[in-house]
Amino acid sequence: MADNQNFHLRIITPDRMFYEGDVDMVEFNTTEGEIGVLPGHIPLTVIVKPGILVITEKDDQKEAALHAGFAEILPEGITILAEIIEWPEEIDGHRAEEAMNRAKERLASKTPETDIARAETALLRAMARIEVLK
Amino acid sequence: MASMRDIKRRKTSIQGTQQITKAMKLVSTVKLQRARANAERSKLYFECMYDTVNSILSRVGHIDHRYLQPGESKRKAVVVITSNRGLAGGYNSNVIKLITRHETWQKEDLDIYSLGNKGRDAFVRHGYTVRENFPEVIEEPIYADAMQLSKRLLESFEKGEIGEIYLAYTSFKNTVVHEPKLLKLLPVDTEAMQEDGAENESSGKAEAIMNFEPEDVEALDMIIPKYITSLIYGALMEAVASENGARMQAMDSATSNAEEMISDLTLKYNRARQGSITQELTEIIAGAEALG
Repeated sequence: MADNQNFHLRIITPDRMFYEGDVDMVEFNTTEGEIGVLPGHIPLTVIVKPGILVITEKDDQKEAALHAGFAEILPEGITILAEIIEWPEEIDGHRAEEAMNRAKERLASKTPETDIARAETALLRAMARIEVLK
Repeated sequence: MASMRDIKRRKTSIQGTQQITKAMKLVSTVKLQRARANAERSKLYFECMYDTVNSILSRVGHIDHRYLQPGESKRKAVVVITSNRGLAGGYNSNVIKLITRHETWQKEDLDIYSLGNKGRDAFVRHGYTVRENFPEVIEEPIYADAMQLSKRLLESFEKGEIGEIYLAYTSFKNTVVHEPKLLKLLPVDTEAMQEDGAENESSGKAEAIMNFEPEDVEALDMIIPKYITSLIYGALMEAVASENGARMQAMDSATSNAEEMISDLTLKYNRARQGSITQELTEIIAGAEALG
């Protein structure tokens, strides 16, 4: 497809502009599954699920842990409105591991009061954090 | 005429007050700059959010969605953002007046969620139901706080405890202009939005047709809570900036008032001193004459 076309990625969080620049490809996890977006994609709005965001630049690849938000995809670029997103260097690996164990325990010892959806999201988040650190 | 000593004492006390107001003005100037930068940074996020929600709503039109219809309950939740500390001119009372002087609202139907001690105090005094107060939030607003609050509100809305949610805060126009505002959070005001959307379209900004994954209605379920959170967060940021702006102004006028009083008192003091010198002289001369 359009090889030379600039594909503009903007990641906006409530406090800052997390990332802005021209990229080749963006991959992340949505409620409907993982997607990779190339330039010229049809207009699409998706909801983010905790996972890794991979930004492929011309000669570099960046990763970040993306936890919540949604993305608006247009042929000429993507805008991700991220409620929570972190670069690997901002993550506390120790805490993430503890959180993962806690979430696993909660899922294993299910009681009727357990908020399964919440525990699962927590587990996904922790896993995304650990994955990005690797 | 007051004695010289009284005037002097008064002047010293006013000078002391002036020092305090001057210092407070400087502090809020610095804080204002920071709060303003924060507010501007968060604006971008909010605007993108607004556009997206707007485009979804204009596409789905009038559908039966729980977030788009008022709940059955007559009760209204009002989130009120005020400050924890006073000395900010009319900042707090203007926001509170929005609610206490509202034309159609009844005291009994309202649940107040207060952010800031001044708001809580005022509403308790007026006899409103203050459900919760989060004074620490406005010291340093973070997004997680807004998320927590909106989650609580939505839960209450879904349980049918409240039928509508409002937000009262002071919007920050610039350093000197702050405007108290009452905003409807839920049900989402689709009509106002569509008017906005129509304007955009007529200005030739119509965009390509957007697809949604998952479907529109499901997407609304997930996006509207985020939208409300971003509204609350944006309001918090603006309110903090307004608070510091209002305090800066109040302290500025307090400082110049003190200045005025001091110069007035200096004049009086000099006059009193001159008076006492004249009097002493008269007495001495009169004494000398009597002796002679």
